[in-house]
Amino acid sequence: MSQDTTAYSADAVEPDTPAPGDERPENRIDRRKTVVLTVLGIAIVAVMWYVATSTDGPMARVFSGVLREAISPQTAAVAIAVVGLNIHFGFTGLLNIGQAGFMLLGAYGFAIALNEGAGLPLAVLVGLGASVAFALLLGVPTLKLRGDYLAIVTISAAEIVRYTGRLSQLTEYTGGSQGLPGSRYRGEFTDLSFFGDGRTTIGPWSYQNTGVDGWWARAVSWAVVLLVVIVVALLVRSPWGRLLRGIREDEDAIRSLGKNVYAVKMQALIIGGGLGALGGMLYVLPSSVQADQMGRQLTFFIWTALLLGGAATIFGPVLGAIIFFSVRILIRGVTNAYVPDSILNTQQTEQFSWVVVGVILMLLVIFRPQGILGNKRELQFNA
Amino acid sequence: MDHRWRTSRHGVGWVLLLGLLAPLLLFLGSAPASAGEVPADTECTRSETTACLQARLPTGVEVPGIAITVTTPSGEEVTQVTDEAGITVFAVTEEGQYSVLLDTESFPEGVELRPDAATEITPTLAPGGQSFVTFNVRADDYTGAISWWDSLAQSAASGLRLGLLLALAAVGLSLIYGTTGLSSFSHAEQVTLGGMVAFMMVNWWGIPFLLAAVLTVAFCAFTGYFQDRVMWQPLRRRGLGLIQMLIVTIGLSLAMQYAFQVLVGAGNVRVISASPQTASFGPVTLTYQSFWAMGISVVVLSVVGFALLRTRLGRATRAVSDNPALAAASGIDVDRVIRLVWIIATGLAGLSGIMLALVLNGVKWDSGMQILLLLFAAVTLGGLGTAFGALVGAIVIGLVVELTPIFGLPGDLKYATALLILILLLMVRPQGILGKAERVG
Repeated sequence: MSQDTTAYSADAVEPDTPAPGDERPENRIDRRKTVVLTVLGIAIVAVMWYVATSTDGPMARVFSGVLREAISPQTAAVAIAVVGLNIHFGFTGLLNIGQAGFMLLGAYGFAIALNEGAGLPLAVLVGLGASVAFALLLGVPTLKLRGDYLAIVTISAAEIVRYTGRLSQLTEYTGGSQGLPGSRYRGEFTDLSFFGDGRTTIGPWSYQNTGVDGWWARAVSWAVVLLVVIVVALLVRSPWGRLLRGIREDEDAIRSLGKNVYAVKMQALIIGGGLGALGGMLYVLPSSVQADQMGRQLTFFIWTALLLGGAATIFGPVLGAIIFFSVRILIRGVTNAYVPDSILNTQQTEQFSWVVVGVILMLLVIFRPQGILGNKRELQFNA
Repeated sequence: MDHRWRTSRHGVGWVLLLGLLAPLLLFLGSAPASAGEVPADTECTRSETTACLQARLPTGVEVPGIAITVTTPSGEEVTQVTDEAGITVFAVTEEGQYSVLLDTESFPEGVELRPDAATEITPTLAPGGQSFVTFNVRADDYTGAISWWDSLAQSAASGLRLGLLLALAAVGLSLIYGTTGLSSFSHAEQVTLGGMVAFMMVNWWGIPFLLAAVLTVAFCAFTGYFQDRVMWQPLRRRGLGLIQMLIVTIGLSLAMQYAFQVLVGAGNVRVISASPQTASFGPVTLTYQSFWAMGISVVVLSVVGFALLRTRLGRATRAVSDNPALAAASGIDVDRVIRLVWIIATGLAGLSGIMLALVLNGVKWDSGMQILLLLFAAVTLGGLGTAFGALVGAIVIGLVVELTPIFGLPGDLKYATALLILILLLMVRPQGILGKAERVG
């Protein structure tokens, strides 16, 4: 409601409002917040970088572990899935609790197509096609119903995909519960690398140039993240993007304007799910396709990352994914270094770090529901 | 008005508590009798020096008299034969890798090893531990040995059992959804909590099982009270959105799952380590514990149903489910009703968790997560927020899960079938089996 009024007054060009969206107090605050956060972020990374490269104590190992996790290809892959979920939940208000299902389908489509001898572009299309079909299948019956139905159907369907992928009868294609090893489908992707052989070290980051899990995988993954963020930023600023927010805020109002709400929701579901599938493909490139690694747990991580970074923002999802994975490594490393084994052994610190993640998720939603970058005014939605 | 209301609330509280506890007390009275029936060779009590190694044939092939030889790490050989249930238990004292060898010569007519199955299994065991090995044996003519109708009856019984135990948890989930609108993802962990707390009480602190079960239910109910007191009620007052609250329950469920792992470990633990005894009614063979669990569920569910329909508080709960604002306007203390719903729901989930741990041979950190979607399916299938719908939905889901393999679908898909049926039903009848059409959309 308040949004509508501001937009209207900006159009009407009141005398004390110069260019629309520039000097209004809330924008000044937003800009100041951005500057403060950027400086803070750079400072944190610089300190960690210094400690990791120039000192030699337990914290040096912890921080270099954190920095390595921050740029890992799997972090990038999850970031893309989070951007997709942001289109669903952040912009359109769709409750998709099965984003890992989209990832898994994308990964299966991609890896199976490569195993069957398709080229890389075709394999990517197969993965995306699988996710589009999945989105249609889920959306047709549920998008006309109340929000929680989509939630129940997406989480159930994601589980059905996982159970089916694990079927021993399908071992020939999906590898059953063992999964498909990355070495079987990765070849074509690593062959594309023009980074050459050898090893490059930048600060705490030391990887092979091409390799299984090297600079090539990182460069491609983060390039895709950048591309996706730009495309999504353009999309949500387009008239179509305004329609999405309108649906989130008041579906009936949009319907009364003569828009086809159902079709727009379906488009959002397909685009967000497609990004999920893209994330799934990048997720399995450096490792393997394993159904159990893309279950509900991963969906929950994606949600946490989205809320951490800030729903309905452009950079929030990426920032959220980086911080989510890094902070867990930080908690684990610090607990490992400073809590004696007699209280928590190595395995228990791993589990303990997840307990902390769960508690952080709860506290975050309770005390800062808009996340790090989010705008509280944008987050009043309630299905 | 208010005063009368309060006295009545206490009355109902006691009725419900008694309803929850009475069957367990009954259980107490009969326990020694069934303990006396344990044959000597299936008895193995774990201690600091003794570990239990149970070798068994798969369910459905309960063949006695098959010789199984265990070789201890120091090379000593012990041979025992399976009992009527196709089980034999070795009490061992050494630490290391054991070898369990199946003597195929001792097979009676009509029993054979599955084509790719092993005759030797090598578990690693230490004193105080336990291990279960199952030899993949099948009847020669698998379909002929057990008629399709018999296996249908057996699966239907298992399905009913699962359905009744799911119903205990699903009714609570449905009551929470009905009164607060919250889909609580941590409800499954409340189920695991029941099994875990019972395990700790029995195995760590040596509390007798039945007392432990009563205490566990009380503790689980207390966690519901506590959560509503410190978290849900303040959040409701602050007007936090339902989606945000749903994510809070996801965080809680994550934290609880890993807390279980930190405390108990990632493996399966058993509340009672003795091998369960079975009883047969015609073609149906289930453990005694299963029959007890089903009986207790029926009694408890009836008490809850009676309380909802006939008591003042039950009517108040349904009124709040229907329309909280109207309920509040007619003098019902909505917050009290919701507090009580949380207590009852978590207590029921705890009870369900204890019995699932007994019936399904143990409890693991993710036991609850395995059934979470079945619970949601039950609640949705019956109609979101209608407690009786949850009961019907749970039994349907239980039956679907257990009957899936009977109708030729892969057994691995049994949970998936339940979810598929849910999705299909939502397409034709989104309000669920017992839901009212106007609640949707």
